Amino acid sequence: MLEGLMIGLGAAFSIQNLLMVVAGCLIGTFIGMLPGLGPMSIIAIMIPVAITIGDPSAALILLAGVYYGAIFGGSTSSILLNAPGVAGTVATSFDGYPMARKGQAGKALTVAAIASFGGGTIGAVLLMVFAPMLSTVALLFHSAEYFALMVVGLSAIAAFAGTGNVAKATLMTLVGLIMATVGEGALFNMPRFTMGLMDLQSGFSFITLAMAMFALPEALFLVLNPARAAQGDSGKIENLRITREEGRKIAPVIGRQSLQGFFIGVLPGAGATIASFLGYAVERNIASKEDQAEFGQGSIKGLAAPESANNAACTGSFVPLLTLGIPGSGTTAILLGALIALNVTPGPRLMIDNPQIFWAVIISMYIGNLVLLILNLPLIPYIAKVLTIPRNYLIPFILFFTLMGSYIGQNNATELLILVGMGLAATVLKFADYPLAPLLIGFILGGMLEDNFSRSMQLYDGISFIVDRPMTLGLLVTAVLLVVIPSYRARRAKARRDGVAEGD
Amino acid sequence: MALDRWVAFVILCAALAYGYAAFFTMDASLPPFMKRNPIWPSTFPKVLCVMAVITSLFILLGFEKAAETGKKPDIDYRRLGDYHLVHALLLIGLMVAYALCLRPLGFLFSTFAFLAIGAFVLGERKFHILIPVAALASGTVWYLVDQVLGIFLRPWPMFF
Repeated sequence: MLEGLMIGLGAAFSIQNLLMVVAGCLIGTFIGMLPGLGPMSIIAIMIPVAITIGDPSAALILLAGVYYGAIFGGSTSSILLNAPGVAGTVATSFDGYPMARKGQAGKALTVAAIASFGGGTIGAVLLMVFAPMLSTVALLFHSAEYFALMVVGLSAIAAFAGTGNVAKATLMTLVGLIMATVGEGALFNMPRFTMGLMDLQSGFSFITLAMAMFALPEALFLVLNPARAAQGDSGKIENLRITREEGRKIAPVIGRQSLQGFFIGVLPGAGATIASFLGYAVERNIASKEDQAEFGQGSIKGLAAPESANNAACTGSFVPLLTLGIPGSGTTAILLGALIALNVTPGPRLMIDNPQIFWAVIISMYIGNLVLLILNLPLIPYIAKVLTIPRNYLIPFILFFTLMGSYIGQNNATELLILVGMGLAATVLKFADYPLAPLLIGFILGGMLEDNFSRSMQLYDGISFIVDRPMTLGLLVTAVLLVVIPSYRARRAKARRDGVAEGD
Repeated sequence: MALDRWVAFVILCAALAYGYAAFFTMDASLPPFMKRNPIWPSTFPKVLCVMAVITSLFILLGFEKAAETGKKPDIDYRRLGDYHLVHALLLIGLMVAYALCLRPLGFLFSTFAFLAIGAFVLGERKFHILIPVAALASGTVWYLVDQVLGIFLRPWPMFF
């Protein structure tokens, strides 16, 4: 591990990569602060830029920086405006906004930054320990197990979509898988489902799909309902300091929630959103009586808990991506797509074939967290000015960058029409309360899923690999149970509070 | 019928068309030697189609009830008229126009027009700010993409 760390340090401390971290964190904070733009849209917009850089580690470092920055920026707008830019920071506004209203906005931002820093750093340490272990196990996997593992991942994502939504999420996953079969696959060398159209020969473009699924509907929602982009002048933010006593109060919260958040983030489908809500609930339950009364009224514990949990979960979600090549959330799915575009296949071989990428990403996580703490925190009063950009200017620019991102990737104006068409379809799906992240994850995993399935079919000359390999069978049974049990229970339990369906 | 069930119906129809292609038309063009493979190009689509049909029927027939959360949705599609629907439609039209004009009219002019008209549609009337901002932004983006990133974007109209 020490050797790997050295490689990572060497790679991450190049001038280019340091600039990438700083740029990524700043851009992420900037855009993440805008209400209604989540990390998925931001990363989708940044992908063409990352791909043109050409160096996979630099690209991944940039995108990871954007991801952190977006979560941090989202908590800023949660605290200052009560308008979370990201679902993962909704829980932050429970206590952050009351603090800001009491005139403690500066202190709230500091607590949020420290908690994020703690969560991110502890998460990175855990990632460093667990990812190599998991990838040693993963090297034993055959294509049959990979196929089964991807099925488990996809059904877990559908299962975590929340009560009453499992069927919808499953259907979206299937639509994504179906879209992935369009075009010419590597395994068969014959075009499928192209309806004779040349434009479909190479299949749908992943960047276009990502933009159409996330950036466009969110922008259109902002147009339709101006109240979503709550505007306000950010006012004066001063007095960023916290006392020693307050520091002592939040330290154990940060420690506990970083651990819990990390492990929730590792699970496929359960990302920063669930981690932050759960973190808030757990801390409220174990707090002492007088502390408990303060929750919701501006408690610093209630602010620190979701903030450390969501950052640790972001780091945790990198574990399945880097070791198994299976994304657990929409954001990591987009990162996976970007990596494949750069000719890097994440998976257990990543650490052997491209150790510099793996370790550079981990080191850049530390640097990214430091950048957020040292650079962004003092700059927050100025960055918060972005909240005062009039929406008349903001929306055309968001739409323009969406179009640009898809155009740069393909250099083809027809792609823009496909983008608008799919964006409209995605907006309708959003109206009808269908989760969109499973569609994109299904689309990205579709090719790999079919390849592994076909390979095992060929090796075993038929479907018998499912019975012959106990691990495959076990994983597939798990996948079926994951989907069936929640919908069965949903029919039993009539009214149950809905979890947050999508967002990270 | 609620919108989510209409969506399920549309997906069901698409899945049936997809399944028709997978089950009946695709295998005809398969070369004879590939027919001895345990897996055909149509195998995986067949599985997907069956699963998609079952899932969409599940939603269409209303087997799964969404939990009543009392949570107000961001936008209630039943009252779409109450929102700024005209703005949204105009902007969508503008995006289509941008896609059609980007090549013939060149990047600089199309982008400038897109940003300016977009803001105008949303109600911006301060032209002395709007026009310089739009011009500056299109110039900067063109410089960054074409000169810095090295991706060709035709700056001027075709006839130049």
